[in-house]
Amino acid sequence: MSVHKTMTAKSIDFMSNPVVLSASHVSKSFKLPTEQATGLKQACINWVKGIKGYKQQQVLKDISFEVHQGEFFGIVGRNGGGKSTLLKLISQIYYPDSGHINVSGKLVPFIELGVGFNPELTGRENVYLNGALLGFTHEEVDAMYDDIVEFAELGEFMDQKLKNYSSGMQVRLAFSVAIKAQGDILVLDEVLAVGDEAFQRKCDDFFTEIRKDPTKTVILVTHDMNSVKKYCTRAMMIKDGEVVAIGDTETVTSRYTLANLEAEKKEQENNRAQLEAKRQYPNGLNERCPVLRTFPLKESIYKSSDTFQFGVEYQFDEPGDFYLAIAMHDIRRGGITYDTGAKTIKMEQHGRHTVYFELPLNLFNNGEFRLFTSLRVPTPVDPNNTDMVAVAVDDNACTFVIRDDRNRDYALLSDRAMTIKQIDKPAE
Amino acid sequence: MQELVTKFKARYDYAWVVLQGLVKTDFRLRYQGSFLGVAWSVLKPLMTFCVMYVVFGKFLRMSDGTPTYPVVLLLGISSWQFVTDSTNVGLRSVVDRGDLLRKIHFPNYIVVVSATVGAMISFAINLGVVLIFALFARVQFTWRVLLLPLNIIELYLVTLGITLIMATMYVYFRDIAHIWDVLQQLVFYGMPIIYPLSYVTNRGGLYATLARLELLNPFAQAIQDIRHNFIAPETQPTIWNQYHNPAVKVIPFALAVAFLWLGVYLFRRNSRKFAEVM
Repeated sequence: MSVHKTMTAKSIDFMSNPVVLSASHVSKSFKLPTEQATGLKQACINWVKGIKGYKQQQVLKDISFEVHQGEFFGIVGRNGGGKSTLLKLISQIYYPDSGHINVSGKLVPFIELGVGFNPELTGRENVYLNGALLGFTHEEVDAMYDDIVEFAELGEFMDQKLKNYSSGMQVRLAFSVAIKAQGDILVLDEVLAVGDEAFQRKCDDFFTEIRKDPTKTVILVTHDMNSVKKYCTRAMMIKDGEVVAIGDTETVTSRYTLANLEAEKKEQENNRAQLEAKRQYPNGLNERCPVLRTFPLKESIYKSSDTFQFGVEYQFDEPGDFYLAIAMHDIRRGGITYDTGAKTIKMEQHGRHTVYFELPLNLFNNGEFRLFTSLRVPTPVDPNNTDMVAVAVDDNACTFVIRDDRNRDYALLSDRAMTIKQIDKPAE
Repeated sequence: MQELVTKFKARYDYAWVVLQGLVKTDFRLRYQGSFLGVAWSVLKPLMTFCVMYVVFGKFLRMSDGTPTYPVVLLLGISSWQFVTDSTNVGLRSVVDRGDLLRKIHFPNYIVVVSATVGAMISFAINLGVVLIFALFARVQFTWRVLLLPLNIIELYLVTLGITLIMATMYVYFRDIAHIWDVLQQLVFYGMPIIYPLSYVTNRGGLYATLARLELLNPFAQAIQDIRHNFIAPETQPTIWNQYHNPAVKVIPFALAVAFLWLGVYLFRRNSRKFAEVM
């Protein structure tokens, strides 16, 4: 399904050139082994049990496209979309299950930089070996050797062993071989992001230049939309093994960006849904105890002579004893002022109910307090202890304030609660 | 015709360039980092031969009664060493070079061929060392030495065939490496290499028949021919002087061709999938 969209003026020029690479109805699937089957034993077991031992996965479906001489053709797509497989098919590393790929001219693939580089060989020897692997004779490598060395800026290091190179130097050398190799079709996979800034600029110049050369064709696989826009004359987008867009770079890159946004959005939605599923219950509560709330009966500021009355609403349906434990927290001074203890307040009714409590305020000075209520059940193995089922925090906790002219602010306990008396010298 | 030549050249030029590259690299790396470097490739067989000469020739007194037997022994062992070198390295070559095969398109058979060529280079050096021993032992060379290249080519081709079979199987079943380890012991002791064939023949009866059968193995036939033509035309038993029926004489050659054909066939049929399977 080749979708030829409107071409920009630039790309029309190439359409009259001869086709140097054509793929027609190319499909490819892989057998993914479900169990490690590289042993005779496993193979026998699988054979006896009638297990196939692999899963068929369709990676490319009916891909058709043509690349004309002189084009700078971009292939884009998200991870796992089949780009790399297509690239390997173009480079004849894989063979299609059905369909044909025709290449005319010398195709130089760079699936990875520095294929066959050996750390024990010198830079020079590696260039010749790499060249040989790419199909260049000794004489051909001779002819491009100086260019390669100059481009890599490694003149003085060429007789050093590769293992003494820094990783940046190795990459530079590999990349220089890649782009100085005098092929007709250059196939590049994600190699633009190598080297320091100065080297990047050189690469940039090189791509700009090769773009102008009408005899050289470049096929570039990348995630980087900027480089597609900058260098490519035409592009193609692959999604789930199919060509979803082919044509001028603007159309394809915006399609790609759109697809990425969609995917991102979907992912976010997924995340949110997951979070919501988890967050059905407020903080501290759960499906065993979906409701636990402490609330004041009247919202106001209390005097020390008042009694603070509050309610606790709960829902608990599991059979057996359960208790409420209430802790009083001093917000300003910190620390727990009072705690009922885990097994003091035993509840009588299961289901959803509200119970009421009061507490005297006479002992306290001015302050802001918060009540946390927890719902507890006896620990099965140790009846003297309890396990917390839920706790009412955040909005489910209740706060009250004591303000009284008679009170002081600094200490927690008022002088009504206690005084310190001076005494005579203690008796022996 | 002209077109055919160009086509042939275009097809095998690349393979040739890659083969050169790989063989050169392998050879260069073999004695990498050692003091004596390439000299080891001669020194090692020389020293090994001295050890074997003393052990088999002097201590064990393996002999068929001829004064040249120690040299014959060395020749046999180095010929067989070529076979084991080549199969053991070649068997793993496709998998070992997996990173190449997965990233670059090139005729895969090159990696197997380069392994066998590497072994062949060692064999050539070993032959040179054997020649030195032969000169010391005052071997009388005859015109039959001229036949030697043919025997060596035969040994090479049958080894290549076996190596191709093993390398193909190794991609799918790693067990083959261990199976071959055992199998090659069996083949080794089933050939008159460290023992003279006469040891078996002289026991008579069933053993004599077995001894004659041993020569039908293409490896045994080739190695015996090499010994016969190189060192001892008078005393070495070969398929030519042990059998009279011409139909039987063809058997080892037919087997050699069959192995080579099977190797090439299997390898070609599966090599397209190597990059995916590994």
